[in-house]
Amino acid sequence: MFNIIPISLEQGLAYALVALGIALAFRVLSFPDLTVDGSFPLGGAVAARLIIEGVNPWVASIAAFGAGFFAGCATGIMATKFKINSLLAGILMMTMLYSINLRVMTRANIPLITAQTIFTPIEEMVEKMDMSRDWPVIGLFLLVALLCKVLLDLFLHTEYGLGMRATGDNEKMIRSLGMNTDNVTILGLGISNAMVALAGALIAQDQGFSDVGMGIGMIVAGLASIIIGEAVIKPRSIFLLTSAAVFGSVAYRFIIALGMRMGLAPTDLKLATGLMVIIALAVPAIRGGREKKLNLRGV
Amino acid sequence: MAKNMLKLSGITKIFNSGTLDEKRAMDDINLTVKKGDFVTVVGSNGAGKSTLLNIISGTYNPDKGTILIGNQDVTRYPDYKMAKYVARVFQSTTMGTAEEMTIEENLCLAEKRGKRRGLMWGVTKSRRSRYGELLKFLELGLEDRTSQKVGLLSGGQRQSLTLLMTTLAMPKLLLLDEHTAALDPRTAEKIMALTEKMVRENNLTTLMVTHNMNQALQYGNRMIMLHQGKVQLDIKGEEKEEMTTKEIISKFGQTLRDETLLSV
Repeated sequence: MFNIIPISLEQGLAYALVALGIALAFRVLSFPDLTVDGSFPLGGAVAARLIIEGVNPWVASIAAFGAGFFAGCATGIMATKFKINSLLAGILMMTMLYSINLRVMTRANIPLITAQTIFTPIEEMVEKMDMSRDWPVIGLFLLVALLCKVLLDLFLHTEYGLGMRATGDNEKMIRSLGMNTDNVTILGLGISNAMVALAGALIAQDQGFSDVGMGIGMIVAGLASIIIGEAVIKPRSIFLLTSAAVFGSVAYRFIIALGMRMGLAPTDLKLATGLMVIIALAVPAIRGGREKKLNLRGV
Repeated sequence: MAKNMLKLSGITKIFNSGTLDEKRAMDDINLTVKKGDFVTVVGSNGAGKSTLLNIISGTYNPDKGTILIGNQDVTRYPDYKMAKYVARVFQSTTMGTAEEMTIEENLCLAEKRGKRRGLMWGVTKSRRSRYGELLKFLELGLEDRTSQKVGLLSGGQRQSLTLLMTTLAMPKLLLLDEHTAALDPRTAEKIMALTEKMVRENNLTTLMVTHNMNQALQYGNRMIMLHQGKVQLDIKGEEKEEMTTKEIISKFGQTLRDETLLSV
Protein backbone atom coordinates (compact mmCIF):
# COMPACT_ATOMS: atom_id res chain seq x y z
CA MET A 1 0.00 0.00 0.00
CA PHE A 2 2.61 2.54 1.04
CA ASN A 3 4.91 1.84 -1.85
CA ILE A 4 2.40 3.34 -4.26
CA ILE A 5 2.99 6.75 -2.68
CA PRO A 6 6.51 7.35 -4.02
CA ILE A 7 5.64 5.98 -7.46
CA SER A 8 2.52 8.17 -7.70
CA LEU A 9 4.46 11.21 -6.53
CA GLU A 10 7.24 10.57 -9.02
CA GLN A 11 4.89 10.06 -11.93
CA GLY A 12 2.43 12.73 -10.86
CA LEU A 13 5.09 15.42 -10.54
CA ALA A 14 6.67 14.42 -13.84
CA TYR A 15 3.32 14.55 -15.62
CA ALA A 16 2.45 17.80 -13.82
CA LEU A 17 4.14 19.62 -16.69
CA VAL A 18 1.65 18.02 -19.06
CA ALA A 19 -1.23 19.11 -16.83
CA LEU A 20 0.17 22.66 -16.67
CA GLY A 21 0.51 22.75 -20.45
CA ILE A 22 -3.04 21.50 -20.94
CA ALA A 23 -4.35 23.96 -18.34
CA LEU A 24 -2.68 26.80 -20.23
CA ALA A 25 -4.19 25.73 -23.57
CA PHE A 26 -7.63 24.54 -22.44
CA ARG A 27 -8.29 26.77 -19.47
CA VAL A 28 -6.37 29.99 -20.03
CA LEU A 29 -6.54 30.21 -23.82
CA SER A 30 -9.82 28.23 -24.09
CA PHE A 31 -8.16 26.37 -26.95
CA PRO A 32 -8.84 22.60 -27.19
CA ASP A 33 -5.33 21.65 -28.21
CA LEU A 34 -4.84 18.02 -29.23
CA THR A 35 -1.19 18.50 -30.24
CA VAL A 36 -0.21 17.17 -26.82
CA ASP A 37 -0.49 13.51 -27.85
CA GLY A 38 2.23 14.24 -30.41
CA SER A 39 4.36 16.81 -28.64
CA PHE A 40 4.85 14.58 -25.59
CA PRO A 41 6.58 11.78 -27.54
CA LEU A 42 8.29 14.47 -29.62
CA GLY A 43 10.02 15.63 -26.45
CA GLY A 44 11.00 12.06 -25.65
CA ALA A 45 12.19 11.45 -29.20
CA VAL A 46 14.33 14.59 -29.44
CA ALA A 47 15.90 14.06 -26.03
CA ALA A 48 16.57 10.33 -26.60
CA ARG A 49 18.09 10.82 -30.04
CA LEU A 50 20.35 13.63 -28.84
CA ILE A 51 21.39 11.66 -25.76
CA ILE A 52 22.44 8.60 -27.75
CA GLU A 53 24.29 10.96 -30.11
CA GLY A 54 26.31 11.98 -27.06
CA VAL A 55 24.73 15.35 -26.29
CA ASN A 56 24.55 16.49 -22.66
CA PRO A 57 21.18 15.29 -21.27
CA TRP A 58 20.25 18.75 -19.93
CA VAL A 59 20.94 20.29 -23.33
CA ALA A 60 18.91 17.47 -24.90
CA SER A 61 16.00 18.23 -22.54
CA ILE A 62 16.11 21.92 -23.40
CA ALA A 63 16.15 21.01 -27.11
CA ALA A 64 13.03 18.90 -26.49
CA PHE A 65 11.43 21.95 -24.85
CA GLY A 66 12.22 23.96 -27.97
CA ALA A 67 10.90 21.27 -30.32
CA GLY A 68 7.61 21.20 -28.40
CA PHE A 69 7.43 24.97 -28.65
CA PHE A 70 7.61 24.84 -32.43
CA ALA A 71 5.05 22.04 -32.63
CA GLY A 72 2.60 24.10 -30.56
CA CYS A 73 3.25 27.20 -32.67
CA ALA A 74 2.54 25.16 -35.81
CA THR A 75 -0.87 24.16 -34.46
CA GLY A 76 -1.51 27.77 -33.52
CA ILE A 77 -0.59 29.01 -36.99
CA MET A 78 -2.93 26.45 -38.59
CA ALA A 79 -5.79 27.45 -36.32
CA THR A 80 -5.36 31.23 -36.56
CA LYS A 81 -3.63 32.17 -39.81
CA PHE A 82 -5.09 29.32 -41.90
CA LYS A 83 -8.45 29.32 -40.09
CA ILE A 84 -8.44 25.55 -39.65
CA ASN A 85 -10.82 24.38 -36.91
CA SER A 86 -8.82 24.22 -33.69
CA LEU A 87 -9.58 20.54 -33.02
CA LEU A 88 -8.63 19.58 -36.55
CA ALA A 89 -5.44 21.66 -36.39
CA GLY A 90 -4.40 19.72 -33.30
CA ILE A 91 -5.28 16.37 -34.86
CA LEU A 92 -3.31 17.24 -38.01
CA MET A 93 -0.26 18.23 -35.99
CA MET A 94 -0.53 15.19 -33.74
CA THR A 95 -0.73 12.89 -36.77
CA MET A 96 2.15 14.55 -38.57
CA LEU A 97 4.24 14.41 -35.41
CA TYR A 98 3.93 10.62 -35.44
CA SER A 99 5.95 10.52 -38.67
CA ILE A 100 8.28 13.26 -37.44
CA ASN A 101 8.93 11.39 -34.19
CA LEU A 102 9.83 8.22 -36.11
CA ARG A 103 12.17 10.26 -38.29
CA VAL A 104 13.79 11.81 -35.24
CA MET A 105 14.25 8.46 -33.50
CA THR A 106 14.87 6.51 -36.76
CA ARG A 107 13.03 3.61 -35.08
CA ALA A 108 10.04 3.11 -32.81
CA ASN A 109 11.95 2.78 -29.55
CA ILE A 110 15.25 4.05 -28.18
CA PRO A 111 16.47 2.44 -24.93
CA LEU A 112 18.31 4.80 -22.60
CA ILE A 113 19.15 2.36 -19.82
CA THR A 114 22.89 2.55 -20.39
CA ALA A 115 22.96 6.16 -21.58
CA GLN A 116 24.00 9.24 -19.62
CA THR A 117 20.73 10.90 -18.55
CA ILE A 118 19.96 13.72 -16.13
CA PHE A 119 19.31 10.97 -13.57
CA THR A 120 22.71 9.31 -13.91
CA PRO A 121 24.40 11.54 -11.29
CA ILE A 122 21.52 10.88 -8.89
CA GLU A 123 21.73 7.14 -9.48
CA GLU A 124 25.51 7.13 -8.91
CA MET A 125 25.07 9.12 -5.73
CA VAL A 126 22.34 6.91 -4.25
CA GLU A 127 24.31 3.79 -5.14
CA LYS A 128 27.24 5.06 -3.07
CA MET A 129 24.95 5.94 -0.19
CA ASP A 130 23.02 2.69 -0.60
CA MET A 131 19.55 4.24 -0.65
CA SER A 132 16.53 4.25 -2.98
CA ARG A 133 16.56 6.57 -6.00
CA ASP A 134 12.86 7.40 -5.49
CA TRP A 135 13.10 10.40 -3.20
CA PRO A 136 15.93 12.28 -4.93
CA VAL A 137 14.14 11.79 -8.26
CA ILE A 138 10.87 13.01 -6.73
CA GLY A 139 12.76 16.04 -5.44
CA LEU A 140 14.06 16.82 -8.92
CA PHE A 141 10.63 16.47 -10.51
CA LEU A 142 9.11 18.60 -7.75
CA LEU A 143 11.70 21.29 -8.43
CA VAL A 144 11.03 21.30 -12.18
CA ALA A 145 7.24 21.25 -11.74
CA LEU A 146 7.25 24.07 -9.20
CA LEU A 147 9.66 26.12 -11.30
CA CYS A 148 7.37 25.81 -14.33
CA LYS A 149 4.29 26.52 -12.23
CA VAL A 150 5.76 29.65 -10.64
CA LEU A 151 7.12 30.97 -13.93
CA LEU A 152 3.71 30.40 -15.53
CA ASP A 153 1.98 32.14 -12.60
CA LEU A 154 4.27 35.14 -12.92
CA PHE A 155 3.96 35.27 -16.71
CA LEU A 156 0.16 35.26 -16.56
CA HIS A 157 0.27 38.34 -14.32
CA THR A 158 2.45 40.40 -16.64
CA GLU A 159 0.90 42.87 -19.06
CA TYR A 160 1.31 40.39 -21.89
CA GLY A 161 0.10 37.50 -19.75
CA LEU A 162 -3.05 39.41 -18.79
CA GLY A 163 -3.65 39.84 -22.51
CA MET A 164 -3.22 36.11 -23.02
CA ARG A 165 -5.83 35.39 -20.34
CA ALA A 166 -8.18 37.93 -21.91
CA THR A 167 -7.69 36.19 -25.27
CA GLY A 168 -9.21 33.04 -23.80
CA ASP A 169 -11.85 34.96 -21.88
CA ASN A 170 -13.13 37.58 -24.36
CA GLU A 171 -11.24 37.54 -27.62
CA LYS A 172 -13.27 40.29 -29.26
CA MET A 173 -12.66 42.61 -26.33
CA ILE A 174 -8.90 42.19 -26.21
CA ARG A 175 -8.66 42.64 -29.98
CA SER A 176 -10.52 45.91 -29.61
CA LEU A 177 -7.91 46.80 -26.99
CA GLY A 178 -5.18 46.33 -29.53
CA MET A 179 -3.84 42.81 -29.13
CA ASN A 180 -3.25 40.57 -32.12
CA THR A 181 -4.91 37.52 -30.63
CA ASP A 182 -3.59 35.27 -33.42
CA ASN A 183 -0.04 35.84 -32.26
CA VAL A 184 -1.02 35.46 -28.61
CA THR A 185 -2.68 32.12 -29.35
CA ILE A 186 0.34 30.88 -31.32
CA LEU A 187 2.75 31.84 -28.54
CA GLY A 188 0.50 30.37 -25.84
CA LEU A 189 0.23 27.03 -27.62
CA GLY A 190 4.00 27.12 -28.10
CA ILE A 191 4.61 27.53 -24.38
CA SER A 192 2.01 24.88 -23.56
CA ASN A 193 3.54 22.26 -25.86
CA ALA A 194 7.06 23.20 -24.82
CA MET A 195 6.20 22.17 -21.26
CA VAL A 196 4.54 18.98 -22.51
CA ALA A 197 7.60 18.08 -24.59
CA LEU A 198 9.88 18.76 -21.61
CA ALA A 199 7.76 16.30 -19.64
CA GLY A 200 8.23 13.77 -22.45
CA ALA A 201 11.99 14.28 -22.32
CA LEU A 202 12.17 13.87 -18.53
CA ILE A 203 9.88 10.85 -18.47
CA ALA A 204 11.75 9.09 -21.29
CA GLN A 205 14.97 9.49 -19.29
CA ASP A 206 13.31 8.42 -16.05
CA GLN A 207 11.73 5.27 -17.47
CA GLY A 208 14.85 4.46 -19.50
CA PHE A 209 13.41 4.52 -23.02
CA SER A 210 11.62 6.68 -25.52
CA ASP A 211 8.77 5.12 -27.45
CA VAL A 212 6.82 6.54 -30.37
CA GLY A 213 3.56 5.40 -28.76
CA MET A 214 4.13 6.97 -25.36
CA GLY A 215 1.89 9.97 -26.05
CA ILE A 216 -1.34 8.09 -26.72
CA GLY A 217 -4.05 9.27 -24.35
CA MET A 218 -1.92 12.05 -22.90
CA ILE A 219 -4.60 14.74 -23.37
CA VAL A 220 -7.27 12.65 -21.72
CA ALA A 221 -4.98 11.86 -18.80
CA GLY A 222 -4.08 15.55 -18.52
CA LEU A 223 -7.73 16.58 -18.59
CA ALA A 224 -8.55 14.00 -15.95
CA SER A 225 -5.76 15.44 -13.79
CA ILE A 226 -7.10 18.96 -14.16
CA ILE A 227 -10.66 17.89 -13.41
CA ILE A 228 -9.57 16.03 -10.28
CA GLY A 229 -7.39 18.94 -9.21
CA GLU A 230 -10.16 21.48 -9.72
CA ALA A 231 -12.61 19.35 -7.77
CA VAL A 232 -10.35 19.78 -4.73
CA ILE A 233 -8.81 23.21 -5.36
CA LYS A 234 -11.38 25.63 -6.80
CA PRO A 235 -9.48 27.57 -9.48
CA ARG A 236 -10.53 31.04 -8.39
CA SER A 237 -7.22 32.54 -9.49
CA ILE A 238 -4.32 31.69 -11.76
CA PHE A 239 -2.26 30.64 -8.75
CA LEU A 240 -4.98 28.18 -7.72
CA LEU A 241 -5.52 27.02 -11.30
CA THR A 242 -1.89 25.97 -11.71
CA SER A 243 -1.86 24.56 -8.18
CA ALA A 244 -4.88 22.46 -9.09
CA ALA A 245 -3.10 21.17 -12.20
CA VAL A 246 -0.03 20.05 -10.25
CA PHE A 247 -2.05 18.60 -7.39
CA GLY A 248 -4.49 16.92 -9.78
CA SER A 249 -1.68 15.28 -11.68
CA VAL A 250 -0.34 13.66 -8.50
CA ALA A 251 -3.85 12.71 -7.35
CA TYR A 252 -4.63 11.16 -10.74
CA ARG A 253 -1.49 9.01 -10.71
CA PHE A 254 -2.31 7.99 -7.16
CA ILE A 255 -5.84 6.94 -8.13
CA ILE A 256 -4.46 5.02 -11.12
CA ALA A 257 -1.87 3.26 -8.95
CA LEU A 258 -4.58 2.41 -6.45
CA GLY A 259 -6.81 1.09 -9.22
CA MET A 260 -4.04 -1.14 -10.53
CA ARG A 261 -3.35 -2.39 -7.01
CA MET A 262 -7.01 -3.32 -6.81
CA GLY A 263 -6.78 -5.34 -10.02
CA LEU A 264 -7.27 -2.86 -12.85
CA ALA A 265 -5.35 -4.12 -15.88
CA PRO A 266 -2.82 -1.61 -17.28
CA THR A 267 -4.45 -2.07 -20.67
CA ASP A 268 -7.77 -0.81 -19.28
CA LEU A 269 -6.21 2.40 -17.99
CA LYS A 270 -7.22 4.62 -20.88
CA LEU A 271 -10.78 3.33 -20.80
CA ALA A 272 -10.99 4.08 -17.08
CA THR A 273 -9.46 7.53 -17.54
CA GLY A 274 -11.83 8.36 -20.39
CA LEU A 275 -14.82 7.31 -18.30
CA MET A 276 -13.55 9.47 -15.47
CA VAL A 277 -13.48 12.53 -17.75
CA ILE A 278 -16.91 11.74 -19.22
CA ILE A 279 -18.46 11.43 -15.78
CA ALA A 280 -16.85 14.65 -14.61
CA LEU A 281 -18.23 16.50 -17.63
CA ALA A 282 -21.63 14.78 -17.62
CA VAL A 283 -22.55 15.28 -13.99
CA PRO A 284 -22.93 19.09 -14.13
CA ALA A 285 -24.73 18.83 -17.50
CA ILE A 286 -27.24 16.27 -16.23
CA ARG A 287 -27.72 18.05 -12.93
CA GLY A 288 -28.33 21.19 -14.95
CA GLY A 289 -26.45 23.19 -12.39
CA ARG A 290 -24.76 26.50 -13.03
CA GLU A 291 -21.33 24.93 -12.85
CA LYS A 292 -19.23 26.03 -15.75
CA LYS A 293 -18.44 23.53 -18.40
CA LEU A 294 -15.18 23.60 -20.29
CA ASN A 295 -15.62 26.81 -22.23
CA LEU A 296 -13.69 26.43 -25.46
CA ARG A 297 -13.13 28.49 -28.54
CA GLY A 298 -13.44 27.22 -32.06
CA VAL A 299 -15.29 23.98 -31.35
CA MET B 1 -11.03 76.15 -36.52
CA ALA B 2 -11.24 72.77 -34.92
CA LYS B 3 -9.15 70.03 -36.48
CA ASN B 4 -10.67 67.13 -38.36
CA MET B 5 -10.51 64.01 -36.22
CA LEU B 6 -12.19 61.52 -38.52
CA LYS B 7 -12.66 61.74 -42.24
CA LEU B 8 -14.52 59.10 -44.24
CA SER B 9 -14.41 59.56 -48.00
CA GLY B 10 -16.49 57.51 -50.41
CA ILE B 11 -16.85 54.56 -48.03
CA THR B 12 -18.67 51.69 -49.68
CA LYS B 13 -19.24 48.25 -48.21
CA ILE B 14 -21.16 45.54 -50.01
CA PHE B 15 -21.97 42.26 -48.29
CA ASN B 16 -22.51 39.03 -50.25
CA SER B 17 -21.32 40.76 -53.38
CA GLY B 18 -22.51 39.11 -56.60
CA THR B 19 -25.16 36.92 -54.95
CA LEU B 20 -28.91 37.26 -54.61
CA ASP B 21 -28.39 38.47 -51.05
CA GLU B 22 -26.19 41.36 -52.11
CA LYS B 23 -26.53 44.21 -49.67
CA ARG B 24 -25.07 47.68 -49.97
CA ALA B 25 -24.53 48.36 -46.29
CA MET B 26 -22.51 51.53 -46.91
CA ASP B 27 -23.07 53.44 -50.09
CA ASP B 28 -20.49 56.14 -50.81
CA ILE B 29 -20.51 57.63 -47.32
CA ASN B 30 -18.66 60.89 -46.77
CA LEU B 31 -18.38 62.11 -43.21
CA THR B 32 -16.03 64.48 -41.45
CA VAL B 33 -16.03 64.69 -37.67
CA LYS B 34 -14.22 67.54 -35.94
CA LYS B 35 -12.21 67.25 -32.77
CA GLY B 36 -14.49 67.40 -29.75
CA ASP B 37 -17.68 66.67 -31.73
CA PHE B 38 -20.30 64.44 -30.15
CA VAL B 39 -22.19 62.95 -33.07
CA THR B 40 -25.27 60.83 -32.60
CA VAL B 41 -26.08 58.34 -35.33
CA VAL B 42 -29.66 57.15 -35.89
CA GLY B 43 -31.35 55.00 -38.45
CA SER B 44 -33.74 52.09 -38.64
CA ASN B 45 -32.66 48.46 -38.59
CA GLY B 46 -30.31 47.67 -41.43
CA ALA B 47 -29.62 51.32 -42.18
CA GLY B 48 -25.91 50.75 -41.73
CA LYS B 49 -25.30 52.13 -38.24
CA SER B 50 -23.40 49.13 -36.96
CA THR B 51 -21.54 48.67 -40.24
CA LEU B 52 -20.38 52.27 -39.94
CA LEU B 53 -18.87 51.62 -36.51
CA ASN B 54 -17.47 48.26 -37.61
CA ILE B 55 -15.70 49.95 -40.51
CA ILE B 56 -14.32 52.78 -38.39
CA SER B 57 -13.05 50.33 -35.76
CA GLY B 58 -11.46 48.04 -38.35
CA THR B 59 -13.70 45.02 -37.80
CA TYR B 60 -14.43 45.23 -41.53
CA ASN B 61 -12.35 46.92 -44.17
CA PRO B 62 -14.34 48.97 -46.68
CA ASP B 63 -14.59 47.85 -50.31
CA LYS B 64 -13.99 51.40 -51.49
CA GLY B 65 -13.05 54.71 -49.94
CA THR B 66 -10.56 55.93 -47.36
CA ILE B 67 -10.57 56.51 -43.62
CA LEU B 68 -8.39 59.18 -42.06
CA ILE B 69 -7.87 59.60 -38.33
CA GLY B 70 -6.19 62.98 -37.94
CA ASN B 71 -3.88 62.85 -40.94
CA GLN B 72 -3.22 59.12 -40.70
CA ASP B 73 -4.65 56.86 -43.40
CA VAL B 74 -6.06 53.88 -41.49
CA THR B 75 -8.25 52.41 -44.23
CA ARG B 76 -6.62 48.97 -44.22
CA TYR B 77 -5.91 48.71 -40.51
CA PRO B 78 -7.24 45.55 -38.82
CA ASP B 79 -9.22 45.96 -35.60
CA TYR B 80 -6.31 45.40 -33.24
CA LYS B 81 -4.31 48.18 -34.92
CA MET B 82 -7.22 50.59 -34.83
CA ALA B 83 -7.27 50.16 -31.07
CA LYS B 84 -4.52 52.75 -30.88
CA TYR B 85 -7.00 55.40 -31.99
CA VAL B 86 -10.44 54.07 -31.25
CA ALA B 87 -12.20 52.84 -28.09
CA ARG B 88 -15.54 51.17 -28.39
CA VAL B 89 -18.40 50.30 -26.06
CA PHE B 90 -20.79 47.64 -27.32
CA GLN B 91 -24.48 47.06 -26.73
CA SER B 92 -23.93 43.77 -24.95
CA THR B 93 -22.73 44.40 -21.41
CA THR B 94 -20.59 41.26 -21.48
CA MET B 95 -18.65 42.37 -24.54
CA GLY B 96 -16.45 45.07 -23.08
CA THR B 97 -14.89 43.23 -20.17
CA ALA B 98 -13.25 39.86 -19.46
CA GLU B 99 -15.51 38.23 -16.89
CA GLU B 100 -13.06 35.70 -15.49
CA MET B 101 -10.61 38.46 -14.70
CA THR B 102 -10.71 40.94 -11.85
CA ILE B 103 -11.81 44.56 -12.08
CA GLU B 104 -8.25 45.80 -11.69
CA GLU B 105 -6.95 43.35 -14.28
CA ASN B 106 -9.56 44.58 -16.74
CA LEU B 107 -8.54 48.16 -16.05
CA CYS B 108 -4.92 47.20 -16.65
CA LEU B 109 -5.86 45.60 -19.98
CA ALA B 110 -7.61 48.83 -20.96
CA GLU B 111 -4.76 51.07 -19.84
CA LYS B 112 -2.56 49.30 -22.40
CA ARG B 113 -5.02 49.74 -25.25
CA GLY B 114 -3.09 50.13 -28.48
CA LYS B 115 0.25 50.04 -26.64
CA ARG B 116 2.98 47.43 -26.39
CA ARG B 117 2.36 44.83 -23.74
CA GLY B 118 5.57 43.58 -22.25
CA LEU B 119 6.72 41.31 -19.46
CA MET B 120 6.33 44.02 -16.84
CA TRP B 121 4.06 43.20 -13.90
CA GLY B 122 0.45 43.98 -14.78
CA VAL B 123 -1.46 45.25 -11.75
CA THR B 124 1.29 47.06 -9.84
CA LYS B 125 0.81 48.75 -6.48
CA SER B 126 0.76 52.22 -8.00
CA ARG B 127 -1.73 51.16 -10.65
CA ARG B 128 -3.95 49.54 -8.03
CA SER B 129 -4.20 52.71 -5.98
CA ARG B 130 -4.79 54.81 -9.10
CA TYR B 131 -7.56 52.43 -10.24
CA GLY B 132 -9.19 52.76 -6.83
CA GLU B 133 -9.30 56.54 -7.25
CA LEU B 134 -10.68 56.24 -10.78
CA LEU B 135 -13.41 53.83 -9.73
CA LYS B 136 -14.70 56.32 -7.14
CA PHE B 137 -15.78 58.45 -10.11
CA LEU B 138 -18.44 55.83 -10.93
CA GLU B 139 -19.97 56.07 -7.43
CA LEU B 140 -20.80 52.36 -7.48
CA GLY B 141 -18.55 51.29 -4.65
CA LEU B 142 -16.39 49.31 -7.07
CA GLU B 143 -13.26 50.81 -5.52
CA ASP B 144 -13.71 48.35 -2.65
CA ARG B 145 -14.09 45.37 -4.98
CA THR B 146 -11.10 45.78 -7.28
CA SER B 147 -9.89 42.22 -6.83
CA GLN B 148 -13.29 40.68 -7.56
CA LYS B 149 -14.07 39.10 -10.89
CA VAL B 150 -16.01 41.24 -13.33
CA GLY B 151 -18.44 38.35 -13.87
CA LEU B 152 -19.90 39.15 -10.42
CA LEU B 153 -21.02 42.62 -11.51
CA SER B 154 -24.44 43.58 -12.84
CA GLY B 155 -24.94 44.63 -16.46
CA GLY B 156 -25.08 48.31 -15.54
CA GLN B 157 -21.96 48.06 -13.41
CA ARG B 158 -20.11 46.30 -16.19
CA GLN B 159 -21.14 48.93 -18.71
CA SER B 160 -20.01 51.70 -16.35
CA LEU B 161 -16.69 49.94 -15.95
CA THR B 162 -16.37 49.56 -19.73
CA LEU B 163 -16.96 53.29 -20.15
CA LEU B 164 -14.33 54.08 -17.55
CA MET B 165 -11.93 51.69 -19.29
CA THR B 166 -12.19 53.63 -22.57
CA THR B 167 -10.66 56.70 -20.94
CA LEU B 168 -7.71 54.97 -19.27
CA ALA B 169 -5.78 55.34 -22.49
CA MET B 170 -7.38 58.38 -24.10
CA PRO B 171 -8.77 57.42 -27.51
CA LYS B 172 -8.84 59.82 -30.44
CA LEU B 173 -12.34 58.59 -31.09
CA LEU B 174 -14.94 57.03 -28.79
CA LEU B 175 -17.49 54.76 -30.45
CA LEU B 176 -20.66 53.97 -28.53
CA ASP B 177 -22.68 51.22 -30.16
CA GLU B 178 -26.18 51.40 -28.62
CA HIS B 179 -24.40 51.03 -25.31
CA THR B 180 -27.50 51.60 -23.20
CA ALA B 181 -29.92 49.52 -25.27
CA ALA B 182 -29.54 46.35 -23.22
CA LEU B 183 -30.13 48.07 -19.88
CA ASP B 184 -33.30 48.83 -17.98
CA PRO B 185 -34.49 52.46 -18.40
CA ARG B 186 -33.21 53.70 -15.06
CA THR B 187 -29.77 52.18 -15.50
CA ALA B 188 -29.69 53.39 -19.09
CA GLU B 189 -30.31 56.92 -17.90
CA LYS B 190 -27.50 56.67 -15.38
CA ILE B 191 -25.09 55.33 -17.99
CA MET B 192 -26.03 58.16 -20.37
CA ALA B 193 -25.42 60.73 -17.65
CA LEU B 194 -22.05 59.13 -16.97
CA THR B 195 -21.28 59.06 -20.68
CA GLU B 196 -22.01 62.74 -21.07
CA LYS B 197 -19.94 63.64 -18.02
CA MET B 198 -16.97 61.63 -19.27
CA VAL B 199 -17.19 62.92 -22.82
CA ARG B 200 -17.39 66.50 -21.57
CA GLU B 201 -14.62 66.25 -18.98
CA ASN B 202 -12.22 64.57 -21.39
CA ASN B 203 -13.35 66.51 -24.47
CA LEU B 204 -13.70 63.20 -26.32
CA THR B 205 -14.62 63.06 -29.98
CA THR B 206 -17.57 60.69 -29.92
CA LEU B 207 -19.81 58.79 -32.28
CA MET B 208 -22.88 57.35 -30.57
CA VAL B 209 -25.17 54.97 -32.41
CA THR B 210 -28.62 54.84 -30.91
CA HIS B 211 -32.01 53.43 -31.67
CA ASN B 212 -33.71 56.13 -29.69
CA MET B 213 -34.52 59.38 -31.51
CA ASN B 214 -35.05 61.32 -28.29
CA GLN B 215 -31.63 60.26 -27.06
CA ALA B 216 -30.11 61.22 -30.39
CA LEU B 217 -31.60 64.70 -30.20
CA GLN B 218 -30.92 65.20 -26.51
CA TYR B 219 -27.22 64.42 -26.56
CA GLY B 220 -24.36 65.68 -28.65
CA ASN B 221 -23.87 68.64 -30.95
CA ARG B 222 -24.56 66.89 -34.23
CA MET B 223 -26.88 64.17 -35.46
CA ILE B 224 -26.71 62.12 -38.62
CA MET B 225 -29.45 59.84 -39.86
CA LEU B 226 -28.58 56.86 -42.02
CA HIS B 227 -30.87 55.20 -44.49
CA GLN B 228 -29.96 52.35 -46.81
CA GLY B 229 -26.27 52.97 -46.36
CA LYS B 230 -26.42 56.70 -47.09
CA VAL B 231 -26.45 59.79 -44.90
CA GLN B 232 -30.03 61.03 -45.14
CA LEU B 233 -29.89 63.89 -42.68
CA ASP B 234 -27.00 65.74 -41.07
CA ILE B 235 -27.87 68.49 -38.59
CA LYS B 236 -25.57 70.44 -36.29
CA GLY B 237 -25.56 73.05 -33.57
CA GLU B 238 -28.66 75.23 -33.36
CA GLU B 239 -30.44 73.42 -36.11
CA LYS B 240 -30.15 70.26 -34.06
CA GLU B 241 -31.13 72.00 -30.82
CA GLU B 242 -34.36 73.14 -32.37
CA MET B 243 -35.22 69.90 -34.08
CA THR B 244 -37.95 67.81 -32.48
CA THR B 245 -38.87 64.19 -32.86
CA LYS B 246 -42.20 65.26 -34.37
CA GLU B 247 -40.55 67.23 -37.12
CA ILE B 248 -38.35 64.31 -37.97
CA ILE B 249 -41.32 62.01 -38.13
CA SER B 250 -43.25 64.34 -40.41
CA LYS B 251 -40.20 64.70 -42.66
CA PHE B 252 -38.91 61.17 -42.71
CA GLY B 253 -41.82 59.09 -41.47
CA GLN B 254 -41.88 57.39 -44.86
CA THR B 255 -38.44 55.88 -44.43
CA LEU B 256 -38.44 55.56 -40.66
CA ARG B 257 -40.89 52.80 -40.09
CA ASP B 258 -38.97 51.57 -37.12
CA GLU B 259 -41.13 51.75 -34.07
CA THR B 260 -38.45 51.64 -31.43
CA LEU B 261 -36.68 54.51 -33.11
CA LEU B 262 -39.76 56.71 -32.95
CA SER B 263 -41.14 55.69 -29.60
CA VAL B 264 -41.37 58.80 -27.47
